[in-house]
Amino acid sequence: MDWINLAISISGATIRMSAPLIFAALGGLFSERSGIINIALEGKMLAGAFAAAAVTTLTQNPYLGLLAGGLAGMLMSILYGVFVINFKANQIVVGTAITILATGTVPFFSQILFQNTGSTPEIPIGSRFIYTPIMIAWALVILIWCLFKFTPYGMWHKFAGEHPDALQTSGVDVIRTRWSGVLVSGFLAGLGGATLSICLSSGYTRNMTAGRGYMALAALIVGGWKPITAALACLAFGFFDALGITLQGFQMPKPDFTIDLFNQIWNFFVSAQFIQIIPYILTIVVVAGFVGKSRPPKALGQPYLRNR
Amino acid sequence: MNIIRPIAATIIGLFLGLLVTYFAGENPLNVFLIFTTSGFGSAYDIGMTLTYSMPLILTGLSVSMAFKSGLFNIGAEGQLTMGALAAASVGALFTSIPPFIAPIFAGICAILAGGIWGGIAGYLKAKRGAHEVITTIMLNFVAAGIASYVTVYLLKDPNTQNPQTIPISPNYKLESFAFFDSAPVSSALFLSIIVAILVWIFLYRTPLGYEIRAVGSNESAASTACISISKTQILNMFIAGSLAGLVGVGEVLSRSECFKLDFSPGYGFTGIAVAFLARGNPIAIIFSGLLFGVLQKGASDLEIFTHNVTSDLSLVLQALIILAVSADGLWEKFISAKKVKL
Repeated sequence: MDWINLAISISGATIRMSAPLIFAALGGLFSERSGIINIALEGKMLAGAFAAAAVTTLTQNPYLGLLAGGLAGMLMSILYGVFVINFKANQIVVGTAITILATGTVPFFSQILFQNTGSTPEIPIGSRFIYTPIMIAWALVILIWCLFKFTPYGMWHKFAGEHPDALQTSGVDVIRTRWSGVLVSGFLAGLGGATLSICLSSGYTRNMTAGRGYMALAALIVGGWKPITAALACLAFGFFDALGITLQGFQMPKPDFTIDLFNQIWNFFVSAQFIQIIPYILTIVVVAGFVGKSRPPKALGQPYLRNR
Repeated sequence: MNIIRPIAATIIGLFLGLLVTYFAGENPLNVFLIFTTSGFGSAYDIGMTLTYSMPLILTGLSVSMAFKSGLFNIGAEGQLTMGALAAASVGALFTSIPPFIAPIFAGICAILAGGIWGGIAGYLKAKRGAHEVITTIMLNFVAAGIASYVTVYLLKDPNTQNPQTIPISPNYKLESFAFFDSAPVSSALFLSIIVAILVWIFLYRTPLGYEIRAVGSNESAASTACISISKTQILNMFIAGSLAGLVGVGEVLSRSECFKLDFSPGYGFTGIAVAFLARGNPIAIIFSGLLFGVLQKGASDLEIFTHNVTSDLSLVLQALIILAVSADGLWEKFISAKKVKL
């Protein structure tokens, strides 16, 4: 085996696989920083992935596709915002419902537009992205870091999530700040889905996000709700993703039950299955405070009641 | 008031869901009829409806059990995976256990596996302060990874291309009732209803159940009353996990006779809808589980009888029902507006 080629291909794959995670994690960052839990990322990404592929197929213009992906994510966010901000419904319950809704409605639109519930037609190589969304993703990491570090807009978001009462007292509307966080979050998550369907692959396939929304949420937590560390966590998770996919090609020796337990366990730890669950185990380890400390915004998950 | 809201939510959900089918060029009334009647057309249809309901009742109980102590169990999916995997592995490996004892043994293993999976989240919440929503979501993926490894490398059935484990020994098999034609309805099915009643008794008629509810309704008051919060949370998540783990009994011992990768079409997540529609009441969960079973059965028939609507419609309905039940603010507005009018 050519190890150098393998290393190059895995690092290339790592950078590509981490791009959708970065978008979604940055999206999650926006809403979670302003106090709204975002376990609906998966659904928003799925909607974005489909809308992007559909619009790109119909117009052959990936830029329009990317925009459509963002808007689709934003549309899911509007629904989410109405329920969690205005109706003060439980954020976790609604988040789950939004993901279920996206999983159920996307095949439906796919059937109406393309007479196929599974996937959109293949997008020819000329009308899909090769690098652009990946570069946008990293540019956004820097931009959003600056936004939270230097601008009042970023500061409002921090306060909406840490101490909403203080923000309201200083004359900034908490509800409006949270709304803007949720909307931006949906747009970014939609871009993440779009990256998946029109940059990393040649169209939408059924349930193509495959848990990446949750992985982005995990990266956000491991990264301590900060843009740069979250992006680095995405990069690490993208690496495990890439490594797992590469390892799937290897055939492991088939164990039979006369082999000792030690070999079985060893085989598990070098299997693609194990590599792919490392990010999730790592997240559990981090939230449980075994390694490092990751502190969520104080008012995360609490509905804000005006005129209390 | 308590019963009006879930019923109204179901009607709103159904109405909006069917409205969507109108835009797909189907007759909503027709879709509605397929949805509601296909579950009862024949003995086989009833059997299939019941088969779909069983896991939903159990995962609904699992979600609501956790919720009683103020915890969110998003991890029923992973817990039922571990339960089913345990039942299937035991059934395939320990072939010499005699009938009658065998299914009970497999059932206990499923309960333990699901319980441990839920208990991990409970332990991390109680002892390390890790939010159970995050840990249970992550544990779902870990469970899926382990299940995939076991099915592909350790217990792969060599006689099929499908990713599934070696069939369980006949000693473990629960006989299906003849009444339901060939639908896999066995004694395991009635398990879910019995368990729902047991859960009700446990929660409302035992000291331990009282402690769980006390922790859920007011943590600081419960701790003043010398109830150990951490012990209750761990125990509660263990029970919640074991309820989800029980799904494996029906699935493996009476339906598929092996563990199939991705056998669950999201039972764990539908369980959230089931629990919320029933507002956490174990007895009401039996009915909301049956309702979702009917929808699931109806959805599977939609693909055959309509052109544009697929079984995914049941997901849309589920989501709409959850949204309608959970929107406290919406209901408040609706009710207060009505009061003003009066």
